Amino acid sequence: MEERLKIDFEKSFKNSSFSTKNINIKKEFLNKFIKEGLPNKSLENWKFSDISQIIKKEIGDLSFYNDISAPSKIDPSIYLNGLEQNSIVFVNGRPEKIDFQFEEKNKLEILDDFELNKDYSDINSLINLNNAFVDKSFKIVVKENYSFKKPLVIYHYTNKKVKSKNINLRLNFILEKNSSLKLIDVLNDASEKNFINTFYNFKINQDAILKNYKIDIKNNSNIKYIFTNIEQEKNSLSETFIASSGSDFIKNEINCNLNGEHSSAFVNGIFSLNKQKHHEIRTSINHLTEHTKSSQLIKSVLENDAKAVYQGKIYVSSKAQKTDGYQLSKAILLDETTEFNAKPELEIYADDVKCSHGSASGSLNENSIFYLMSRGLNYKEAKELLISGFLLDVIEKITDSEIKSLIKKMIGSQE
Amino acid sequence: MKIESSQTSREKEIENLKKYKYGFSTDIESTKAPKGLSEEVIKFISNIKKEPQWLLDWRLKAYHRLKALKEPNWQKPKYPKIDYQDLYYYSAPKSFKEKPKSLDDLDPKLLETYKKLGIPLQEQKRLNNIAVDAVFDSVSVATTFKDKLTEKGIIFCSISEAVQKHPELVKKYLGSVIPLSDHFFATLNSAVFTDGSFVYVPPGVKCPMELSTYFRINASDTGQFERTLIIADKGSYVSYLEGCTAPMRDENQLHAANVELVALDDAEIKYSTVQNWYPGDKDGKGGIYNFVTKRGLCKGKNSKISWTQVETGSAITWKYPSCILKGDNSIGEFYSIAITNNHQKADTGTKMIHLGKNTKSKIISKGISAGFSDMTYRGLVDISKKANNSRNYTQCDSLLMGNKCGAHTIPYIKNKNSDSNLAHEATTSKISEEQLHYCQQRGLNSEEAVGLIVNGFCKEVLQQLPMEFAVEAQKLVGISLEGSVG
Repeated sequence: MEERLKIDFEKSFKNSSFSTKNINIKKEFLNKFIKEGLPNKSLENWKFSDISQIIKKEIGDLSFYNDISAPSKIDPSIYLNGLEQNSIVFVNGRPEKIDFQFEEKNKLEILDDFELNKDYSDINSLINLNNAFVDKSFKIVVKENYSFKKPLVIYHYTNKKVKSKNINLRLNFILEKNSSLKLIDVLNDASEKNFINTFYNFKINQDAILKNYKIDIKNNSNIKYIFTNIEQEKNSLSETFIASSGSDFIKNEINCNLNGEHSSAFVNGIFSLNKQKHHEIRTSINHLTEHTKSSQLIKSVLENDAKAVYQGKIYVSSKAQKTDGYQLSKAILLDETTEFNAKPELEIYADDVKCSHGSASGSLNENSIFYLMSRGLNYKEAKELLISGFLLDVIEKITDSEIKSLIKKMIGSQE
Repeated sequence: MKIESSQTSREKEIENLKKYKYGFSTDIESTKAPKGLSEEVIKFISNIKKEPQWLLDWRLKAYHRLKALKEPNWQKPKYPKIDYQDLYYYSAPKSFKEKPKSLDDLDPKLLETYKKLGIPLQEQKRLNNIAVDAVFDSVSVATTFKDKLTEKGIIFCSISEAVQKHPELVKKYLGSVIPLSDHFFATLNSAVFTDGSFVYVPPGVKCPMELSTYFRINASDTGQFERTLIIADKGSYVSYLEGCTAPMRDENQLHAANVELVALDDAEIKYSTVQNWYPGDKDGKGGIYNFVTKRGLCKGKNSKISWTQVETGSAITWKYPSCILKGDNSIGEFYSIAITNNHQKADTGTKMIHLGKNTKSKIISKGISAGFSDMTYRGLVDISKKANNSRNYTQCDSLLMGNKCGAHTIPYIKNKNSDSNLAHEATTSKISEEQLHYCQQRGLNSEEAVGLIVNGFCKEVLQQLPMEFAVEAQKLVGISLEGSVG
């Protein structure tokens, strides 16, 4: 793989306008990645999802050079209907369309130059890979006191032109004081067997609000890793919702630092998996100061050789008194072939805190099915009703009513 | 006047309790194996114990395996590297060349030691009906109530004796639960284990008394590597207690024991530990490294293994008493209280591995950390594909006192069976001001109030201990937290 990486690396900046300084930094990241390789299960964070093996088995020979010089057509069917929206469309990792028609142009700033720095170098080797190969890093700044009028939808679309490729994406958002943004990520793939490595970085300043909905419901055979880093200041709020069901493999990793007092983070997610899919959500919520709050709810329904993993960590530093941390994961295993693994972790160094976690997994309750069947539903209907009720709990946590009903529709149509 | 005097006596008592009262050492000449770990040392140990060839071969196999193994380092409490060549692997009181036939032949200094520890070896002095096997450094010094047990057909002796007298049982079960090459410390133990207890309860026999082992590390620079093997044959029942202390020394001492339990059809084993090794001084100097491997195998149908532990001592406690639920309908239980104070560290929990159908497990873990200590609950619940209709319930609660200490919960939950139900709960909190206020209003001082609340917090686990132990454990809980309030 090393040879391949080096050749692809040379190709990747041949036609680009990187400064020598950036190229040198990229080289450093590349060397780091070569040294560490893809994460495997000997690493604690990858214990349940050996991405090195998965890539080897599903993709085989991976090419790291992704030519994005030529524009692609956007398939209009990818757009979400019935929602007034701003949009950014990525096709095979290339930004094809940026549209902020509903917003005041002077209230936001979009920069697509590449500013590389050495931060984020010790997270994991996939971030190093991302840093080494990413072409463009978007930076979107929402100015002080400005609230987005309509949600921003980012379409991550891939078409059949790419195969066995590694696509790296990088997006930075800065929410200035008292601003707010609703962001929907729609993962939509027509391609097969690619490894898509996305790195999000959010900086949420005082009193700002971020609502992020990540939706992966279209069946595809790609392997994905999404790392989301969230930095929160005083009184800020972040809400993350993950619908995880489409890709063959996806790992959503969220690292959230609650740096300011009275900041709060909410993470909710659903896994609805079948057909040998293997999905993971890993969260790490770091309470670093007093009076911070976090809450997580993850529910999974698994069928047909599917495997779901939830690793959730609440960290409370010794300064973070009066922390309120909560975490719950529940799973329904519909048949013998499925597997649910959880590692709900608490790491606490302060005494005046309220932290709890719970995890439960099991089968559908026979009594509930019997009850529904005695009311005239057949077995299949009863089962479906119970499952949708089980998952609805999480969807109800979405605070934006328009997006909530949109997601309900999307998930409902899927079943 | 009367009140005043009772108060001063109470103060005195507290003052006495605050000190680690088992911290004395016995000045007794000992025979040691040459320092370091080598084939020669293993042969020396095997030879001095007059072991058969198969056991020596087994030890050597473990030793060769050990060379390929790496010391694990994923645990939370880190410790300075141990130089395994700088340890004595065998130490025995000199008067022990031949095991004394009766207590009358025992070195009076040893008797004195155990008396000081509150473990009288003379049976007539014993009020309670508990049979004791006392292990001093590397050898078992005395086993009480032997006759009474023999009557029932129960074998309770040191493992060295069992190797001589019941080799077929030892050969059959030794290493059957903790395989020779399990992990670094278990393998080390397999290579150099010195003594420990052996229990065999024949079919259908309910052991009429509590069996107990009392471990004592005395010599310095020694590691204690004892091996305990308990077999409960079909339909039998046994309750086993383990207690441990060590003298106060400035250096850290290693204790790497292996405990194997085997429960056949319908058998039940209850294993309780009150661990009070020397925890080190206030600044974290000295203390025992307690790296123990304990594992029970519910081999037969309807068998049950229950672990209860009260962990108050040791500089570092790193152990996971586990149950392998192989037989259908078998039950595994784990009740634990772990208390860390000053600079103590603990990384403890359990593993429940469900292999058979209708297996049930229950985990109740209570962690209390105070001072500068750090406590981790780490546990695994693994439900395999074939373990239909299994149940697990896990509850781990932590209590923090002060913001210099840490409490962590790391449960691993693996479910591969749709028919099974798993539930896990964990909470972390501190003692609420209201509770304290309420108790103080009723006339308790703040330390007593904390003691009362903590005992209430631990009650679920303390209840599982046999009567005599429960009282002691309750006291121990109080003592361990002295000085952590205010």
